[in-house]
Amino acid sequence: MQPSPRWLLTLPLLLAFTLSGCADESGSGGGVQSIKLSTIRGRDKLVCGVDGKLPGFSFLGPDGTYSGLDADTCRAVAAAVLGDPAKVEYRDLNSSERFAALASGEVDMLARNTTMTLSRDSAGGNGISFGPTTFYDGQGVMVPVASGAQTLKDLDGKPICVESGTTTELNLADRMREQGIAYTPLKFQTGDQTYAAYLGGRCVAVTSDRSQLAAKRSSFPKPDEHILLPEVMSKEPLTPASVNGDPAWADAMRWAVFALFQAEELGITKANVAAKVAEAKANKNLADLRRFLGVEGDFGKQLGLPADFVPKTIAAVGNYGEIFERNVGSGSPLKLERAENRLWNQGGLIYSPPFR
Amino acid sequence: MTSIQPGPESGTNQPLRPARPAPESVQPSWAGALRQELFASRTDGLVSVLLILVILAAALGLLRWALAQAQWAVIQANTSLFAIGRYPIQQQWRLWLLVVLVAGLSGVSWGLLRAFPRADRSGEIWPFNDRLAVVLLGFLAAWLPAALALGLPLQLRWWVITALLVTMRCLAGSWGRSLPSRLVRLVPLSWPLLYLFGMVLIAGGLGIPRVPPSEWGGLLLTLLMASFAILLSFPIGVVVALGRRSSLPLLRWSSVLYIEFIRGAPLITLLFLGQNILGYMLPGGWAPDRVWRAAWVLTLFCGAYLAEAVRAGLTAVPPGQLEAARSLGLSMPLALQRVVLPQALRIALPAAVGQFISLLQDTTLLSLIGLLDLLGTARTVMANPEFLGKNAEVYLTLAVLFWCCCAALGLGSRALERRLDPTHSPV
Repeated sequence: MQPSPRWLLTLPLLLAFTLSGCADESGSGGGVQSIKLSTIRGRDKLVCGVDGKLPGFSFLGPDGTYSGLDADTCRAVAAAVLGDPAKVEYRDLNSSERFAALASGEVDMLARNTTMTLSRDSAGGNGISFGPTTFYDGQGVMVPVASGAQTLKDLDGKPICVESGTTTELNLADRMREQGIAYTPLKFQTGDQTYAAYLGGRCVAVTSDRSQLAAKRSSFPKPDEHILLPEVMSKEPLTPASVNGDPAWADAMRWAVFALFQAEELGITKANVAAKVAEAKANKNLADLRRFLGVEGDFGKQLGLPADFVPKTIAAVGNYGEIFERNVGSGSPLKLERAENRLWNQGGLIYSPPFR
Repeated sequence: MTSIQPGPESGTNQPLRPARPAPESVQPSWAGALRQELFASRTDGLVSVLLILVILAAALGLLRWALAQAQWAVIQANTSLFAIGRYPIQQQWRLWLLVVLVAGLSGVSWGLLRAFPRADRSGEIWPFNDRLAVVLLGFLAAWLPAALALGLPLQLRWWVITALLVTMRCLAGSWGRSLPSRLVRLVPLSWPLLYLFGMVLIAGGLGIPRVPPSEWGGLLLTLLMASFAILLSFPIGVVVALGRRSSLPLLRWSSVLYIEFIRGAPLITLLFLGQNILGYMLPGGWAPDRVWRAAWVLTLFCGAYLAEAVRAGLTAVPPGQLEAARSLGLSMPLALQRVVLPQALRIALPAAVGQFISLLQDTTLLSLIGLLDLLGTARTVMANPEFLGKNAEVYLTLAVLFWCCCAALGLGSRALERRLDPTHSPV
C-alpha cells in the first residue's frame, strides 16, 4: 500500500499484454489464469457493487455493516476466494452506473438485484457475465384481505395503483389486456405516493415486484390485512454478475454461489459444517461429500480457489436457505414465502449442477 | 419576514429613526408595538388572526405527531451511522479528539472576538445574543444526548465538550486582553492548522492507521465535502474572476471556457461524469477514490459560480480605485491585493455565502452517486427492514440538521459582514 513509484505498477500490465498472446495453453488442472482473481488476491479485498438501499437485499445496519441477501452473496464469494467474509469492500451503485462500474473495473462483481436479460448478457448489449440466479422475483399484486379479491379477474373494473413510467406499468397493461380485464390505472410519480394512495383506499390493488410489495407491507400499520395475489406478471431473476472476458473469475463466482445451493440440498448448515467436514474426513465411503467439502479431489484448484472453499463459505454465511430466511424470509420482518426460491426437489427453481 | 420594523423598545442601541407615534404612556411599550404591527387596521387584524390560527394549527399538528405518533427509535438506533457513517469504532477516538479541539478553539476565538472589538466600535464582553447562545448550548447538551438515548459515557462526553467550549469562552472573554498580543494573533492562524490536522486525524497517515474515504459517512462526510469545496473553491473563484477580466487573451478565454462549461451543465451530470469517465480514462485502481473525485467536482463547480460572484464584486469597485493605486506607484499585484480585492470581496461576500449554503445542500446529490452522505445514510437506514416506513422521522431529522448547518453559515457570514462593513455606524 505504501507509495512505490507509479510507473512500476504498469510493468505487470505491460507484461500481461505481451504475454497474453502466447499463454493460455496450460490446459485443465494447471494454475488458473485470471487477472481478476489475482487482482482480488493482491489487494486482499473483494469490491462488490450493491444497491445499498433495498430492504432485505442490501442496507446498512446501525453498527455500519451491510446486511441483506445481496450483501451475503458478496460475503460468500469473498469467503470462497479470500477465506474471509469480512474482506469485502461494498460500493453503493445506482442502477444507471452499475454496468459502467463493472466494465471499468471499479467493482469485481455486482450483487445488486439485477434482472438477468438477454440485452444485459449479450456481448452486443451490456456484455456482462451472469452467475446463478439468487432470487426469483416477479411482479405481483397486493390487495386488502377485506376486498375479497382472490385472482386478477376479481379486479375487473377496479382502480389499480401503479408507479408511472416503469416497466411495472407496462407489464400490468400487457397482462390485463391478455386476460381481457378492464381496469383503471391510477399512476403516481413515486413509490411513497403510490402506497399512500393504496392505504388511503383510492385503489383496491397496488402492483410492483413481489419482494418490494412484501417490504412495503411490513411497514404498513396492519400488515396482516393485506395479501399478495398468486399471479406473477413478469419474470425478474435477480442475479449476481461479473464482467465478460475473465471466464475463470466468472466460474469461481458462479460455483461459490452454487455451493450455497448444494449445501442446502445436502443439509449442510452454518452450525453443522464443521461436524460434516469431520465426518467426511473420517469416512472414506462418503465420496460425494468428501469431494464437495474439498477433503479429496481438486475442485478448488480447478477453479483457482482454495481446496476448502466450500466449508469456508458455508461457515461464513450458511447455506442458501439460511441466507434467504435470515434476510427476506421468516426470520426477517419481510416474511417472504420461499415460493419459486425453494430447492428444485421441493418444487422451486433453485438448482445446483453436480459438483463433479 | 414582512416589513416588521424593530419596535421602540429595541431602539436603545439603534440609531435614531424617523419619528413614529409614541405609545400611550399607560400601556407597556411592547403591547403598543404589537398592536401597531399586527392590528393597525381592520384588514391587518383579520390577516394577522388568520395567519396566527394557521401557524398554530400547523405547529400543534406537528407537535402532536412528533410526540405521540412518530417513532424515534430509527434515529436513536442509528445515531452513529448518521453522525459518522461506517467509521470504524476502534478509531472513533480520533473524531472525539477533533471535536474537543474544535470546541476549545471555537470557545477561545469567540471570547477573543468579544474581548477585541473593532477599534472604532465599543463592545460588551457578554452581549445578549451570547448569553442566549450559552443557555441554548447548555440546553442542547443536557437534552439532545438524552433524547438520542446515548449511553451515559457518551452523554458525559458531550457535557464535558460543551463545558469546555463555554469555559474557554469565559476565560478568553475575561482575560483575552491581558494576553500577549503575539499569542492572540496566533489564534486565527490556528484554524487552518486545525483543519489540516483534522484531515490527518480523519484520514490517517503520519503513523496513525488509515481509514479509507469509503468508510466516512453521514454528517462527517457532508461537512467534510462542503468545507473542502468551500475552502478550495474560494481561491479558484478569485483567480478565475481575475483571469476573466485579464487582458491576456489566452487567460481570459480559458477562464470563460471553464466558467461557461461548468455553468452549462447540471451538477449531477458533472458528478456522474467524474465518477464514470475517470474509471475508463485511468487504469483500474489508479483513479482517485470516488469520494475525492466527488469532492473535486464539487470544488470546481463551486469555483465557477464563485468566480462570477467575485467578478460582480470587481465590477462594482470603481475603476478609479485601481488607477489611483497604480498612480501612487503600487505594482499591479499589490494594487489588486491591497486596494481592489478587499473591496470587491466585501461586496461579493453575501453572494458567495449564498453559493456556499447552496453547495452545502448540493452535497445531498452525492447520495445519487452512491456515497453515504447524510441523505445517502438516511436512505440506507430507511431500507433497513426494522425501520421500514419511518421516512417522515428520518427526513425531518435531516431537515433540522441541514437547517442548523445553513443557519450557522448564514449567522457567521452576517457577523463577518458587520465586522468588515466600513460604513456601519459605531454601536
